[in-house]
Amino acid sequence: MKTAVIVFPASNCDRDMIVALEKITGHKPHIIWHQDEEIPPVDLIALPGGFSFGDYLRCGAMAARSPVTTKVIEHAGRGGNVIGICNGFQILTETGLLPGALMRNESLKFVCKDTRLRVENSDTPFTNAYSEGQIITVPVAHHDGNYFADDETLKALEGEGRVAFRYVDDAGQMTKTSNPNGSRNNIAGIINRRKNILGMMPHPERLIEDAQGGTDGLGFFQSMINAIN
Amino acid sequence: MKKWHAGSASASRQKNNYEQNRKGRIVKARVHITLKNGVLDPQGKAIQHALSALGFDGVDDVRQGKYIELDLQETDPAKAEAAVEEMCKKLLSNMVIENYTIEIE
Repeated sequence: MKTAVIVFPASNCDRDMIVALEKITGHKPHIIWHQDEEIPPVDLIALPGGFSFGDYLRCGAMAARSPVTTKVIEHAGRGGNVIGICNGFQILTETGLLPGALMRNESLKFVCKDTRLRVENSDTPFTNAYSEGQIITVPVAHHDGNYFADDETLKALEGEGRVAFRYVDDAGQMTKTSNPNGSRNNIAGIINRRKNILGMMPHPERLIEDAQGGTDGLGFFQSMINAIN
Repeated sequence: MKKWHAGSASASRQKNNYEQNRKGRIVKARVHITLKNGVLDPQGKAIQHALSALGFDGVDDVRQGKYIELDLQETDPAKAEAAVEEMCKKLLSNMVIENYTIEIE
């Protein structure tokens, strides 16, 4: 599986993503600086976490209009796989590749902690190594992860199985206290209709070996290998 | 009626305004960006609580937004407004959660 990681000014989870992709695919990803004009042909493009362009105007707004992002949109249009983690998810919503928007956390606080996620749909290129309903632990670290979509969009996401991950409690129940940021329907990650684009606020790339405190993020990457190879 | 209480403009900006005025009337666009109805505004809520704590009672709701001021080369107000409208749609506002209003001066 050939991969690329896009690096914007103030991306800061790019290295974690590069390490995770190299460990799991056995190949070093192409590292694409935002001013690079071309992205080599790859199976997967990853938009990493961070604070691209200082979060000016809105999180992800500047990165979404960056020329390299036009190449990402073209790749997605050809059916290529794209993942956006944290700031990457914000960028994907700002481009319109994924619906909705990520707003300031309801608590107004930066939230940095482990969250329990329930795998809502295991029939996607990003979740097939998990079982449906499986509870995994993945950390979040964000100030603007409060997923908002209007009622009609939310209904479509739910009805079409496009909610990939949801914040839940230890028992797997969707509760207000298990929702770290106020996201509607406790949504942590979604996919597009064509199932080639995923955005999520939690960081699976931070949980791929025991030294990081767990390996619950491995399934995320294994899923893509299953789907693409 | 709106009153704007601005701090002193920087020297470079004053010079810029002076040069613009020599050439012709400068067109200024003022863009207000607000959250759509139905979109929760936790920052607005926090401001409301702080106002209440300071003794300012009777504030039913607070909605926080953004204000963006643009100096434009375009001198035709209609064309200027059309251009700013495009800017709002493409970058300045996120149409999923925000509305915008444009004033051209």
